[in-house]
Amino acid sequence: MDIQEYIDSGILELYVYGALTPQESEEVSQVLAKYPEVQHEVEEIEAALQNLAAATAPYNPEALIARIKSKLRTAEGVIQLQPTASQKRTRIVSFISIAASVIFLIGIFILLNRTNNLRDELRVVEIKNTQLESKLNFSEDALKETKDILAVIRDPQVTKIPLAGQKAAPKAYVNVFWNKAENKAYIDALGLPDPPKGFVYQVWSLKLDPLTPTSMGLLENFSEDQNKIFELANPNDSQAFGITLEPAGGSKTPTMDQLYTLGVVQTNA
Amino acid sequence: MQPDELILRLQQKDEKAFERLYSLYSESIFGVINSVLHDTEASEEVLQDVFIKVWDNCESYSSKKGRFFTWLLNIARNAAIDKTRSKAFKNQKKNLTQEYFVDILENKSSFTSKVDAIGIKKYIKTLGEECKKVIDLLFFKGYTQKETSEELNMPLGTVKTRNRLCINKLREILVN
Repeated sequence: MDIQEYIDSGILELYVYGALTPQESEEVSQVLAKYPEVQHEVEEIEAALQNLAAATAPYNPEALIARIKSKLRTAEGVIQLQPTASQKRTRIVSFISIAASVIFLIGIFILLNRTNNLRDELRVVEIKNTQLESKLNFSEDALKETKDILAVIRDPQVTKIPLAGQKAAPKAYVNVFWNKAENKAYIDALGLPDPPKGFVYQVWSLKLDPLTPTSMGLLENFSEDQNKIFELANPNDSQAFGITLEPAGGSKTPTMDQLYTLGVVQTNA
Repeated sequence: MQPDELILRLQQKDEKAFERLYSLYSESIFGVINSVLHDTEASEEVLQDVFIKVWDNCESYSSKKGRFFTWLLNIARNAAIDKTRSKAFKNQKKNLTQEYFVDILENKSSFTSKVDAIGIKKYIKTLGEECKKVIDLLFFKGYTQKETSEELNMPLGTVKTRNRLCINKLREILVN
């Protein structure tokens, strides 16, 4: 066989193309195995064709190997499942379910969050409510107190005795509203200054001839009292009222040089 | 050189060998598929199918029958042609004109380092119309010698010799 003629016939190109019949191909393979120059020629044709074909590839697809390998039935017999149409559908369905669950959970979370916020708001409102209630109670108390005071002042049985400021506190003034029938005296002490720390005002019922003081009680929590009206029992047949500044707890007899106010009950009243 | 040892290892289902062979042949096979389909995405799909088939059917290859490259070519061309017959592809490519590999090469600007880009461009410029058609039918479309001679109205023997001259030109340019 003339090898060069064989090569020049162009059969090797057709052999590489796969354009020969199976029989012809097998014959060329046998020649190839026998003659290194034919082998060499085929290698060169193949290399040129590979080069030409590679030039028409959109890009080097080397990276696609990972995807391909993931789809291979491996030697271990592990069949890596490929998504069939129904599995794809299942996947879509499961994707939708997952998405739905996520949305549902987000919804629940938002609702819980909103509930918590509402609960917090409710708590705030409750607290405010309580505060308002107590304010209202306080106002009601204050109103009641004011009404009581008003009632006392308006009561025809009540005698008003103004007490004037004395040496110790010339600017001080006090009004005593005395209900003889009920043995109660209301001391309106708005005109008294706050007592110094450790001291307290003490109210005295006085008999004038001879001067006999009887303690009616103390004006406790003076500074804290807003109205400065103090209700004291007065079962005495008073002729005058006096208020002195005494050490905390009060005294048995008045400290006369700390007499703040003094007033006499009008005998004709 | 045909990597006979790698092919043997592939036939023993050696994944490493499969990877090596893939890197040796995938780009040219990708090109063949793309020359048929003229569609990158579809070509990617077919390329994957082709190499999965290679893995599944590698036992059927025998060097007695032909070259490994030729065996790959046959699988690739068949798969690509099957794709052109699929409904989805037909619908998409209704107005597919008689495109062939030359169009791709003429329109392509970037080549990978594996390819002798300047050589290929030069080759396409100097290549005669007849050569382009012969190579397209025989190599890229997988026509037999007889089918080619009928398609091109060319005597059987002339197909063979004409094709050899066309390929010789390619080899000359690539070697120089």
